Amino acid sequence: MIRLLVFVLSLFSTMAAAETMKLAVTTSFHNSGLSDVLLPVILEDTGLEVQLLVVGTGQALRLGEAGDVDAILVHSRAAEEAFVAKGFAPYRREIMYNDFVFIGPQSDAAKIASAGDAADALTRIAETEAPFVSRGDESGTHKKELSLWSAAQLDPAQFGSWYKAVGAGMGASLNTASGLDAYILADRASWLNFANKGTLALLFSGDPALFNQYAYLPIDPARHPHVKAEAQRTLEDWLTSPKAEALINGYRIEGTSLFVFNAEG
Amino acid sequence: MNEIWAGMLAAFRLIVTLDADLVEITLRSLQVSLSALVIACVIALPLGTWLAIRRFRFRRATIATLNALMGLPPVVVGLIVYLLLSRSGPFGVLGLLFTPTAMIIAQVIIITPLIASLTHQAMRELWAEYHDLLISLNTTSRQRIATLIWDGRRALLTGALAGFGRAIGEVGAIMIVGGNIDHATRVLTTAIALETGKGDFALALGLGFVLIALALLVNFAIHTLSRTEQEGTW
Repeated sequence: MIRLLVFVLSLFSTMAAAETMKLAVTTSFHNSGLSDVLLPVILEDTGLEVQLLVVGTGQALRLGEAGDVDAILVHSRAAEEAFVAKGFAPYRREIMYNDFVFIGPQSDAAKIASAGDAADALTRIAETEAPFVSRGDESGTHKKELSLWSAAQLDPAQFGSWYKAVGAGMGASLNTASGLDAYILADRASWLNFANKGTLALLFSGDPALFNQYAYLPIDPARHPHVKAEAQRTLEDWLTSPKAEALINGYRIEGTSLFVFNAEG
Repeated sequence: MNEIWAGMLAAFRLIVTLDADLVEITLRSLQVSLSALVIACVIALPLGTWLAIRRFRFRRATIATLNALMGLPPVVVGLIVYLLLSRSGPFGVLGLLFTPTAMIIAQVIIITPLIASLTHQAMRELWAEYHDLLISLNTTSRQRIATLIWDGRRALLTGALAGFGRAIGEVGAIMIVGGNIDHATRVLTTAIALETGKGDFALALGLGFVLIALALLVNFAIHTLSRTEQEGTW
């Protein structure tokens, strides 16, 4: 009981002490587990408590537009550039990248493991009409998938019932794919951390078209005066520091490194 | 079946080791849902009783609306509360979005119609019994409501517990207005949704068992404190 009380008190005291800011991030970034490594170090180095809102890129951008978060960290270049052009953020700053991979049943009916590139893999799936789960939630991963379909000169709107847009986050979509033995596009980090793999396996990766650039966008204080401009800068400086570089490049799951730091100093 | 066993084991392990994160989110769940319950009761009990004793023109329509609102979809409530509290919304200046207060507001909206409706049902019967007595004593409206609430407290307790049940198990609204921020607005239900998303079914299920145990505990505690179902008083 005393232990509980001490814990509750310490909870409130730390809440009062640290400066906080709200950062909207994508589910894929959070599911990778990298945030669990970075946030405690950020708190230690800068005294800044970063509160994460884990949402899809679409919702992250909406939260930023409304001024409900102080900054966003997302991965959808076209949407980010539109966001900056509309004046919601003064600029976007590239931090790091990871890559997308094609996941599918081990039996691999569409034979995408031997595909030449990402577009070829998708064409093979469409030809065999093997079940394919799409995020369908306007997230960065979903937008990436749509751009890959258009690179393969295919239109998901014309597809039959084998194409399932589930409108859910990365983890929930992977659960669906696992249940249906379906193909799915996922970021490598979410896949490696995903616990319910079932009969699914990583079938195709490595095409440069599958690279996934993360960028940091502070919300413009001129537009939303209540955002914490100082905290935004502190976090940006930390994210682009050599210390962040070492932590991001050094983050591994099952011996595989996931992120490549590429912020320019 | 294996997943369910693993879930029970995970729940057991979390409780026995008094996992710090578990204690934190459990306390927050209780804090949010009990606050919402108290506020909702303060509104709903007098309102439901008043509806039972008062005759007015749109009474039937009001009661029908109240009953319909019992089925208010939490996710819609969440979205509306989000839009109201958003920095771009009418109450944005308060800065309440993504705080436990926002979650309490959403839950009050969800459970108030439920408690008011159940109160009204119980009070209507009681009022039929007390009608002549209270009228002949020349009581004021306020006195009648107070008397009915006190004498009908057992039935109202059931209504309140139903409201608490809906609040503590609710995820759609608080996910939207709370944002499921670790160490700030994460509660049991949103943590379950998060772990399910990660495919960690054992931990999700473990948290689920903790949630069920918590609901049982609160119900037992309230029954014990209010001394219902005891020898001689039931």
